[in-house]
Amino acid sequence: MALLSKKDANLIKDPLADNNPITIQVLGICSALAITAELKASVVMAISVLFVMGVGNVVISLIRNIIPSKIRIIVQLVVVAALVIIVDQVLKAFAYDLSKTLSVFIGLIITNCIIMGRFEAFALGNGPRRAFLDGIGNALGYGVILVIVGFFRELLGSGTLFGIKVLGDPIAKTGLYSIGYENNGFMIIPPAALIVVGVIIWVQRSRNRALIEEA
Amino acid sequence: MALKEKLHQLKLKYQGKKMAPAFNALHTFLYTPNETTHSGAHVRAADDLKRTMNTVILSLVPCLLFGMFNAGYQHYSAINGFPENFSLFEHFLTWDNFWVGVTTVLPLVIVSYGVGLAIEFLFAVIKGHEVEEGYLVTGMLVPLIVPVDTPLWMLAIAVVFGVVIGKEVFGGTGMNILNPALTIRAFLFFAYPTWMSGDKVWVHEAVERAGTADAISGETILGSLAQGSDYSYSLADMFYGFIPGSVGETSTLLILLGGLFLIFSKIASWRIMVSAVIGALAMGLIFNGIVDAGWLPEYSKFYSLMSFPFWQHLIVGGLAFGIVFMATDPVTGSQTNKGKWYYGFFIGFLSVMIRVFNPGYPEGVFLAILLMNVFAPTIDHYVVKGNIKKRLKRLKTATIYPKASDEVDSLKTETA
Repeated sequence: MALLSKKDANLIKDPLADNNPITIQVLGICSALAITAELKASVVMAISVLFVMGVGNVVISLIRNIIPSKIRIIVQLVVVAALVIIVDQVLKAFAYDLSKTLSVFIGLIITNCIIMGRFEAFALGNGPRRAFLDGIGNALGYGVILVIVGFFRELLGSGTLFGIKVLGDPIAKTGLYSIGYENNGFMIIPPAALIVVGVIIWVQRSRNRALIEEA
Repeated sequence: MALKEKLHQLKLKYQGKKMAPAFNALHTFLYTPNETTHSGAHVRAADDLKRTMNTVILSLVPCLLFGMFNAGYQHYSAINGFPENFSLFEHFLTWDNFWVGVTTVLPLVIVSYGVGLAIEFLFAVIKGHEVEEGYLVTGMLVPLIVPVDTPLWMLAIAVVFGVVIGKEVFGGTGMNILNPALTIRAFLFFAYPTWMSGDKVWVHEAVERAGTADAISGETILGSLAQGSDYSYSLADMFYGFIPGSVGETSTLLILLGGLFLIFSKIASWRIMVSAVIGALAMGLIFNGIVDAGWLPEYSKFYSLMSFPFWQHLIVGGLAFGIVFMATDPVTGSQTNKGKWYYGFFIGFLSVMIRVFNPGYPEGVFLAILLMNVFAPTIDHYVVKGNIKKRLKRLKTATIYPKASDEVDSLKTETA
């Protein structure tokens, strides 16, 4: 970490743990519910958001002094929308199946509150280098949770990871299935993501008591 | 008395230690504690939480025993055909039937209590409070509302989920929003639907025999109706409970007796029970009315469920069991007397509605109760607000003596 000063390093480290956009700020929950039934989709979503936030934060930061403050939300939207369209087109060109799985949710990155939140709260007031680090950090914080949730939901719900049958074949009854194990259909439906996120929040707060608000 | 004395001494020994809550729970389970308060006014009554829970368990025991016999009865009837001249002692209360019950139902009870109480003790020790008695009833309800052949590991996972996510995260017994037993049932239903519905799960061994020459099956009455097919059970069968279904939910007669016992011991609210019955009947009458008016063509997939006589909804499926033992849960239900009427009414109303309109969930009861659990605090809020409004209105028109004091005017402007 010699590359980064301690202050800059914290821009990346904080959102990963004590200031996580999903588990602490409780933003971006909708996409965490919608696309985490499969690990692959979670990873692609995380990478997409990483790209959009990293580049978007830099762009907004570069033009922050010439955006009239009255129309800044619209300008931010245009920037996000442009970046999201790039992601969407790339996915359609190179990973068509995946793009169908993620369907409308790539488009909905535009409405992801984390992105608008970071533009408003950070990029508008900081230089491009720091804005970039902040964007990367928050996107990673978001991605980590997505991947954890996706991991548990796919493993318990479908018995697979990245589509590979790690627990055996449920139809041929091999592996764990031969002793009567069955996939948990509850993990496939979106409410399960809320519960997994809730459990992550619980674990995080019991490890770091400073995060618990005064009642 | 010697044992009691010894327990008291042991309690002193464990006082302040980490395991103290676990020990205290066992200590006061059978005996009253040896310390009493010495000053102030206290209600001196024997019915603490443990006694309340034990009463509910007592009222559930007939259902459990019946369920054990019924497990065997359904099993052997599915193999040999239902007896033509049914006699209670010859065909139902037999050792063979009971033995099937012992081997299928008792493990459910043991797993339910073992896993659930282990979690309760664990949380009590970690959080350092006394073990709460809430699980005593839940642990008894759970085996009664699942199909007889539910795999034990599924039940164990569901119990862990229900107790931790349904209750402990909210702060333990008395703080939970959802009924833990129903949370467990709902988890099982959504996680393992093939084990919770269909025509194979209600009869012991039907799943193992599927696809072989000895295949047996037993569809619940609601399941048959949802598919538009006929069932061969008489009204008496439905009322006494000689029908396939979850372990303890089939016998309306014994549920009724348990309900009366709970009402007379003032543990469950008769308002909730009565209003839920009214709600179910109302919804059933509406559906029957629609059919009678000829608004529903006979080929409609809702026809057989909607034309099912409205009052018979009460004696099939888990409606009676849900109304008597689940809806009346004092923690998750409405607290105000007026609120209880609304709360109960909607449980009955919605149960029948879900039953009819969503054949995928022939047991609408647990969904209806969970939904109303969520709304119970809102209902109470508006009942309390309404009462405040009414009393304020009364105060405005009231004459307050002595008339001629300044205080009266200030009081009136304050409340206006």
